[in-house]
Parts: sequence; structure tokens; C-alpha cells
Amino acid sequence: MNRKLIQNLAETLCRQVKHFNKTETECLIRLFNSLLGEQAERKTTIGVDRAKFRNILHHTFGMTDDMMTDRVCRVIDKDNDGYLSVKEWVEALSVFLRGTLDEKMKYCFEVYDLNGDGYISREEMFQMLKDSLIRQPTEEDPDEGIKDIVEIALKKMDYDHDGRVSYADFEKTVMDENLLLEAFGNCLPDAKSVLAFEQQAFQKHEHCKE
Amino acid sequence: MGVTLSRAIQWSSDGNKLENSLLNNDILTEIMLFTEYFSESHPEEARLTFSEPLQWKTSLEVSDFTSEIYDVREGSVMSQEHDDNGRPLLLLNPPDITVHSFYHLSNILQLNKNKNRKEVQACLEANKEVVKKIFGPDTPSINEDHLFNILCQLDEKLLDIAVKPINREGRLSPAAVNTEIDLLKTFCGTGEMRLLKSVRYTSDYVFSNGCRSPPWRQMDGEICSLIIETCDTEPTLFITCNTNGVFLDEGLKRRGGGGEKSYNAVESYNSPVINEVFKDLVTLLKNKSSHFAEVADEENFAIQDVPSAKKILHVETVDAEKTGQTLKPYNSEEKNVLKKARQQPVQNKPGNRKKKLEPSLKWKNLGLTSPYDEGEVKARKIRESKKIFEYGTKSPTSESKKKTNISGSSLPGLQSSQKIKTPGGAEDFSESSSEDEEDEEQHERRAETATDLPSEYWQIQKLVKYLKGANQTATVIVLCSLRDFNLVQDTCQLAIRDVGGLEVLINLLDTDEIRCKIGSLKILKEISCNSQIRRTIANLGGLQTMVSILDSSDKELKCLAAETIANVAKFRRARRMVRQHGGIQRLVELLDCVPAGESLSLEQQRDVEVARCGALALWSCSKSTWNKEAIRRAGGIPMLGRLLKSPQKNMLIPVVGTLQECASEKSYRIAIQAEGMIEDLVKNLSCDNQELQMHCASAIFKCAEDKHTRDLVRQYDGLKPLVTLLNEAENKQLLAATTGAIWKCSISMENVAKFQEYKVVEILVRLLTNQPEEVLVNVVGALGECGQISENLATIRRSSGIQPLVNLLTGTNQALLVNVTKAVGACATDPENMMIIDRLDGVRLLWSLLKNPNPEVQASAAWAICPCIENAKDAGEMVRSFVGGLELIVNLLKSQNKDVLASVCAAIAKIAKDVENLAVITDHGVVPMLASLTNTEEDKLRRYLAEAIACCCTWGSNCVSFGEAGAVAPLVRYLYSKDPSVHQATARALFELSKDPNNCITMHENGVVKLLLVMIGSTDEILQEAAASCVANIRRLALANDKAKYG
Repeated sequence: MNRKLIQNLAETLCRQVKHFNKTETECLIRLFNSLLGEQAERKTTIGVDRAKFRNILHHTFGMTDDMMTDRVCRVIDKDNDGYLSVKEWVEALSVFLRGTLDEKMKYCFEVYDLNGDGYISREEMFQMLKDSLIRQPTEEDPDEGIKDIVEIALKKMDYDHDGRVSYADFEKTVMDENLLLEAFGNCLPDAKSVLAFEQQAFQKHEHCKE
Repeated sequence: MGVTLSRAIQWSSDGNKLENSLLNNDILTEIMLFTEYFSESHPEEARLTFSEPLQWKTSLEVSDFTSEIYDVREGSVMSQEHDDNGRPLLLLNPPDITVHSFYHLSNILQLNKNKNRKEVQACLEANKEVVKKIFGPDTPSINEDHLFNILCQLDEKLLDIAVKPINREGRLSPAAVNTEIDLLKTFCGTGEMRLLKSVRYTSDYVFSNGCRSPPWRQMDGEICSLIIETCDTEPTLFITCNTNGVFLDEGLKRRGGGGEKSYNAVESYNSPVINEVFKDLVTLLKNKSSHFAEVADEENFAIQDVPSAKKILHVETVDAEKTGQTLKPYNSEEKNVLKKARQQPVQNKPGNRKKKLEPSLKWKNLGLTSPYDEGEVKARKIRESKKIFEYGTKSPTSESKKKTNISGSSLPGLQSSQKIKTPGGAEDFSESSSEDEEDEEQHERRAETATDLPSEYWQIQKLVKYLKGANQTATVIVLCSLRDFNLVQDTCQLAIRDVGGLEVLINLLDTDEIRCKIGSLKILKEISCNSQIRRTIANLGGLQTMVSILDSSDKELKCLAAETIANVAKFRRARRMVRQHGGIQRLVELLDCVPAGESLSLEQQRDVEVARCGALALWSCSKSTWNKEAIRRAGGIPMLGRLLKSPQKNMLIPVVGTLQECASEKSYRIAIQAEGMIEDLVKNLSCDNQELQMHCASAIFKCAEDKHTRDLVRQYDGLKPLVTLLNEAENKQLLAATTGAIWKCSISMENVAKFQEYKVVEILVRLLTNQPEEVLVNVVGALGECGQISENLATIRRSSGIQPLVNLLTGTNQALLVNVTKAVGACATDPENMMIIDRLDGVRLLWSLLKNPNPEVQASAAWAICPCIENAKDAGEMVRSFVGGLELIVNLLKSQNKDVLASVCAAIAKIAKDVENLAVITDHGVVPMLASLTNTEEDKLRRYLAEAIACCCTWGSNCVSFGEAGAVAPLVRYLYSKDPSVHQATARALFELSKDPNNCITMHENGVVKLLLVMIGSTDEILQEAAASCVANIRRLALANDKAKYG
């Protein structure tokens, strides 16, 4: 892509996506392009494939839980075509790096709402928490502890007592206790990796410009 | 003795013999020594005859009785002494012996030392109810009473001995077990006399904590498993050594001795089928192998060898506890999860499944409480509570720490994420201050009463259990849920501790997971308002971790850590730990935030919050003198000064709190003044927060010792707000601080004038009644200072303040008495006031305070007496009316305290104005006593001493006596003093003394004339006159001399 094209694209994107100015958007586009370039099969028109992105989530943003990275990919890949478009890329990073609490809540809820029905159900919680306790192979019902944790979580979050967590429930919970933003798994980068990423991505650009 | 014999001593199973045990051995020795020396220590009681004789089969022979007091006849022995019925008091017909008194018992033991022990044992075995035999069935008669008491004392002593090993009997430790096994191994062999065939461990691998059992079994306290081949039991014994004791392990047998963990093994392990538990291996073996018991007894094995093992056990007890603790780290949790999971399906599942989530928030409705074996929980509680006691040293063995960032459920992954905690420096824990002991007691009491545990206990226990085995996601959920309990309530606080929650929470602080740390700190912050929790947190090394968190980049985390430190550092040892781990420096660094303006960015607000939390923590820490110094050295004072400009009250309270706490140090008082903080303190006196006002007043109270500070308070118009605060009479703490500030400020005359303007005296007088002592001290102190202006004295009288002041003279608070006497003394300078004081018998009260043990009170009372005598009508008569009063005050001249001496001299000068009284004190030897004080260097004492001498000279031969006592020469030297008031008094004394020719000679010899000539040139007329008169007397003497010589 030539420079002009990138600048145009950046201009369009930074109007659509919050939190980044034009130069920053440009940097992110460049980064995206370099990712495309590394890709073996050159489906550059479609975007970065999920495996690649999962790799970034794992190594750059420290999300090590496979189940969660999978969910994150699904949420970010809005058109669900298996590839990340440049817009999806910038939107994702907008939440990751600069997202407000509100945006992050929406995003996390989407990640946790496995079937996308607008509620986090007991079963979904169980699915997400199933590896959260150390288990003994000798236990009769190894899931008992997990079920307990699910009930504890549900008790904490289910304000309207319908046995599942709606977005309103989730929002209320997180507003009350920020720690529960990532209640069911790590799906946001921690402060340290955000800082590292921003430094790397945006500093590089300043360097380019000179 | 009776109780010991019936309860403590260990009888063999048939009840006729004493067991050959350590304890019995100790008891026998004690009884033996007691009896042997009885006739020497209690000769009278030894002669008392027993109600019934003691009889037993003795091993003593006729030939043993060599003493002259026994008649040996036909193979029998009898004493020459007989009782009233003519029976000999000792009769031996081998092997039977009958004894009627301690005297003879004592003799027997002295006869043959080799047989002593056997004799005592035989005697006790044959006479199980010794006491009854000695005293008969009735209560002891009067002359037996003393003997009875002696025996009771012995009984107590013996019980002590009996109880000690029980106390000492801790749980087994790996070290103790190893020693015992090593010992047993030496008895293996092939010979005839061997005790055992072989002793071996099931596992050769030794864990770092000294245990051999696999970790999942260590968590239940298991140390190792043994296979012991004895000489007689069927093939082999499988033995498990547990911290609780030693027992035969059927489960192990089933496993074939392997270390492999199987479901069955666990089952059998926990089943009550477990065989009897023995305290050590030897006991077990003795019980199981008759061969072993026989041979061991023959070799006196029990007595010779077990002590050594025992001793180690005793020394290692703490270690054993630790093992119990450190073995646990994550395994016990797993185990609990496992056990619970097994139990729950059976008991809870149906309800749980059927029940749709109900609107009720009650936990039990969710079926989350698991039915626990109460016994087990109790045992666990005891274990936990023991842990609390052992903070002597932190375990040097690995205290494994759980990290929450476990990637999955696999065990190896978990193990790799374990972290070894560095052992806390022993010095941190070395101090065993009295507060700690107090806490232990508290705890013990609690442990006893906690029989019915509230439902929260079980819920919390369950959550903590999950916490131990959860990854970060579940950890956060559980932490948040834990926060929903009422953590202010101490049942919840202690429940968290008792189920081992504190360990987990503190471990979480060591992880890399910020959300876990925040969640954990949020709980720790809440529960650390409980003093027992605070101590446990400190003992678990929590402070160290929290101090290191202060370096974190996350501001919320820093705040929480600082706030928790603020809560925990409420006791001395914790404050010291904060300092020793570099916490003060870090906390001071937290104070560094942008000076607060009107509008702050979000980020700045966070900085301010961090600073506030830092100030909170410093406030707690600043209660230790060393920490005050550390704060100063870390540059905390200017930072506090900067924060003092902050508009937020929640910031100002900890800042001013810290400052007022530190103002007890001179360096701070200087700095507070120099950094211009007085202005801010004064400004905040007018704020609308009483706590802040209190701290400001208290800071001014402490700083206003300095004159410049007092002036600054006035210059910044701080006096008016102080007076206004006096109206807040309901808040006693505030009132105490305010009156304190007023007291100190009123030391400056200019301030008194201001206060007079604000009618402070009237207000203060109203505060003389119905106030706590800390307020009274300050109120009275302030009134005393206000008395510097005589109009105020009249005001005190007019607002009827004299009576309450005099009433306070009967108090006991020393600080209060010092101030009250001062105030009464000030009042007494006004003649009208004096009339009232006299009427209220105030002088007598003052006089009786001379008997107070506190020299400050003595001095203050004596000072107050001076104006009283001066201004009272018929003062001489009044003083005489105090029986023994004059003797009392003269005797105070023996005091070592300079101020007491000066004040008493001043009072004596006043007393001596009355000739009759002067005669009395002269009789009490006031002259030599005053003379002996003359060598002092203290100007204040010199002045009043000279005054007293001047006044005392007027009676009889006192003037001559002073000269003879050598008081003149030192007085002359007083004229070299720089203090003009000394000069005046000295000149007057010299003038009085110069009426005796010999004194004149002494003065002249000491060069007084030249000095006095200078004094004549003084502007002080009294001094002039006294000096001149003295010189005149000397001159006159010289002239008379000349006249006599030359006619």
C-alpha cells in the first residue's frame, strides 16, 4: 500500500473508531500491513487470519487461555469470516488500549456471552470456569467445585434473579466492583502490555516520520 | 500428695504397681528427696505420729540399721521411741516394716541410699492412700495442720512435675521421629538380646522438611512410614508416623507399603478404623511386641533412652507445628476440595438441583454449606490456633506460595508455579513484647468459647478453601464474594483467620496478578481493624509484602497497601517491621503529589489519594519514636508541610495527625515552626471538622512550648478560634486538645492579655467541674498561667473558681496536682482570694501534698505555700495548727530534687518570719540542714537558700550556728553568681550573718568586702542597703578590734 492510501484509510478509520488520532491510526495500519506481509498465503485482501491474531493475543497481550483467545477472536472478527480486517483490527485495539470502562464492559460481556443470546447463562459460566480450580482425578464429581464457583458468581451478579446474567446485571456488577470486569477469564491486556505495545507501535512511527 | 497419687502418677494396668515411666521416675525422685530431708527441714512435724502406720514389704535388712536409736534384736529392729500405746514407732520384721512418723521414714532413707528409690516405690505401692493413713479419716487436728500444709505443698509441686511433660508433649516432628528411628536401628541385629529384626523406611527420599511421606499425605501431618520387623509379632509391622503420633497402618499394608496414592489408601487413612495412636515408636513397639517390651524393660530402655528422644521432641515442637503448616500449602486444599466433592453429591445435590435460584440472598439456600465433620474442624481449629502461637521464627523450610496464574489444572504446572518464600529475618520476630503475650491469652480464651460456630464460619471456610485451589479468574470471583460478608464483624474476621484465610490472602499479595492483589488487599484492609488479625498478618510476613507493593505502579494497589499498613501498624512490633523493611521511606515517597488546586485531572486525583493513604500509614507508624526519626530523615516533614496546604479534609486529618504525633520530638517542633506550618494549623482550627480541629489544637499544644511558636499563633490570630473551640464542650478529646493549646499559649504574657480580652478565664472556670482529668489538667494549667495578670485572679474569684480549684487539691492525678497547686498558689497572691482559700482549708491541703511521693508535686505544693503564708491572716497560728507540719517541711530539705529544695527553702523563709515557728523549725534542726546545702551551684536554689538563711538568723544563736556549720564561706561565693536575684538574697543573708563577729572574720577572709562594695553600687536598693549594712558591720568589728588593741 502506498503512503497516500494509508493516509486516506487512516483518515476514514480515525473518524469511525474512537480514541486514536490520525497518526496513531496510521501506525496501527502499518502494523497491520506488516502482519499481512508475514502471512504465508497472501490473502491480503481479506485480512489477518485468526491464528496469527491469536498469536498476538498470546504473546503481545499476555492472554494465555486458549478458550478465551478463541472467544476474543470471535468477538473481534465481527463479520465472522475467519479473518481480521483492518477496521476490525483498529477497533479491537481501540478497546484494548484506550477503551473506557463502558466499552470494556460491552466487549467483555460479548466475549463471555458464548452463544450470543444476550445473557451469560450458568452453562456458559461453567464452560468458561471449568479449568479454574485444581482438581483431583480421584474425585467422584470433579465439577462440583466449579459448579459452586458458578453459583457464587451468579449470586454476585444476577441482580434480577432470573438465573442468568444480563448485560444490565453485568454492568451493575462491574460498576460496583471493577475487579469483576474480567470475571470469567482474561480477555483484556494488562496495563504493562498495553504500555509496551503503545510504546512500540507509536514510537516506531515517529521514527518513520523523521 | 493425695491428688498426685490418685491422679497423676501412672499405675500399671492391674493398679498395684507403679509404671516404670519417666513421669513416675520424676515424681518418685521428688518424694524421695522430700522425705529424706524432712526431719531436717521440719523437725517438729517429723515427730508427729501417723494416725495409722505405713506398712510395706521392704528390701532393707536388719544389718542396714546401724543407728543408735534403733534396737536390733533377734532378726528384727524396733525404734527406742514408742507411741502412747507403747508400740515402737518403727518396727522391722523382714520383709515387713511398719513406720509411724516422718522422722523414721526420713531415717530409713538415709540408711541406705542405694535402696531409697525402691523403698519409696514399695511404700507408695503398699499405701495408696498415704494421706489418709497419716491423718486418719477425720480432718487434721491443729497440731497436724502444719504437716498437712507441707504435704499439700508437696502435692502441688508434684502435680507441677506431672503437668509439665503434658504441656511439653507437642506433636511429633520429623527430627524427633528420626532420632527415635536411629535409636531403634541400633537395637536391630542378630544377637540374642536384639530388640528388633529390622527397621526401615518405606521411602528413601527425604523432603526438604524432613518428611518422607509423599506431599499429599504430608498435608495430613504424616511424617513417614516404617516397616519394622520384630522378633515375635507376625511378619512385619507397618507403622505410620504422624505429627499426632504413631500408629499401625493397615492401609499401608494393603498398599503393599508403596507410596502410591490410591483412593483406598485415602479412605482407610481417614477411617476411624485407625489403630490406637501412640505417642512414640517405643511405646507402640512395647505394646505390640512383648519381646521388645521385655528386653527394653530389662535394659531400662524407657528411662535411659527415651528422654533423649523426648528432649529433641521438646526442642523441635515449634518445628513440628511448622511442618504441620508448611506441609499444607496447596495440597490440603485439593484434599478438601476432593473430600467435599465426595460428600456433597450425596447430601446436597438433590436440593441443589431442584432449587431454582431464589431471590433470597441467604447462602445456605444455595446449598453451599458443606456438612463437615465437626471433630475434624475442631482439630483443624486447634491446629490453626497453635499456628498463631508460633511466630518465634518463620519457617526456614519452604513455605510454598501459591501463584494464581496457573495455566491449567495439571499438577506439574502448579508445582512449577510455586514460589519459595524467603525466610523472614529472625530478628523481626525476636521480640516477645508483653502485648504479644496478651494477645495469646486473648486468643486462648476465644478458642475455648468458640463452640458453636456461626454459619458464616462454614461459608467462609468453604470460600477460603476454593481460594487455595483457584486460578486467577476464580480467585477474583471468590475474593469478591468474600467481600460480601460483613467484614467489620469480628466473627467473620476471625473465621477468615481460623480457616487459614490470612495465609492465602497474604500469599496472593506475592503473585503477579494485580486483580488478585487488589481483591486480597481490599479484604485485608477491612479485617485488619481487628487487633488479633493485625498481629497474625504481621506474623505471617504480610507487612513486608505490603511494603514492597508500595513500589507498584498501580495506584489503586498502592493505596490499598498503604491503608492496610495504616491499619496493621497499630502495635509496636508492626511499626518496627514497617520501618525495618524500608516502609517509611516508601510511604514518604507516596506523599509526593502535585499540590492540590481547584480542578484536578483524574490522574492527579489518584495521586492525591495515594498521598492521603501514605499519610494515613505514616500516621499509624508515627507513634513510634524511631519511626518519627525515620520519617524526618526520609524528608517527610516538608512533604507533610506541602500537603498541609491541601483543601481536602480527609487529606488534612492524617497529615495533621502525623504532625501532632511527631510534635513530641523537638526536631519536629522546630521544623513545624520553620516550615511555616503554624499558619496552616491555625487556619484549620476554624474548619468544620472536629477531628481535624482536634489534631491542629493538639499540634499547637505540643509546639507552643516554644515562645516563638506562641507568638506565631497570636500573630496568625489563632487565639480567637481556640477560645471559640472551648464551646465544643461535648467532644472531650477536642476539649482536651483545645484547653492544652490555650494552656501552653498562655505562658506568654501577650497571649494572656488577648485571652483576657476574650474572657477566657470565665470560660475556663466553668470547665473546672465535671470534666475528665485530661481536660482538667489543661484547664487548671491555663488558669495558673492566666494568674500572671492579677486582674485575672480577681476574675477567678468573681466567677467562683477558687472553690473548685481547692477541691481539686484532693485528687490523685500527679500532673493535675502539679497544675492545681500552681494555680492555687497563683490565686493566693491575691489577699481576697487567700481569705477564701484559708476558709476552705486550702493551705492544709497544700501542706498535705508535701507528703506526695512525686517530687514535682512536692515542689509545686511548697511553692504554692509561700504566697499563702505571706497573705494569710494569722499565718503563724495557721502554720502551727498543722500537727507535724513544720517537721515535715524541714525534713524535705533532705530531698535530692533541686526544685523541691529551692521551693522548701522559699517556704521556710516565709515560715521563719513568725518567731515562734522559727523556734520550732530551729528545734527540728533547720540550721545545719540549710548549711549543708550551701555548696550548691544552682542559682535558683542559692537564691532561696540565702533567703531562708537570712530569715533563720533572727532566732537565738542561729546566726552563730550557721557560722559554725560552715555556711558563711560558700555564701560569699554566691556573690560571683550572674543572677542579680541571688545577689540580693545573699547580701541580706550576709548582713544577718555579719552580726556575729566570727562570721565577719570568715567573710573578710573570703574577700567579701570587695564584692560587697560592687554591690553597693547596684541600682537595687534592697541589695544596696544590705551590702552596705554588712560592710558596716565588718568595719565596726575592725574598729572595735583596733580600739581594743590600741586602747
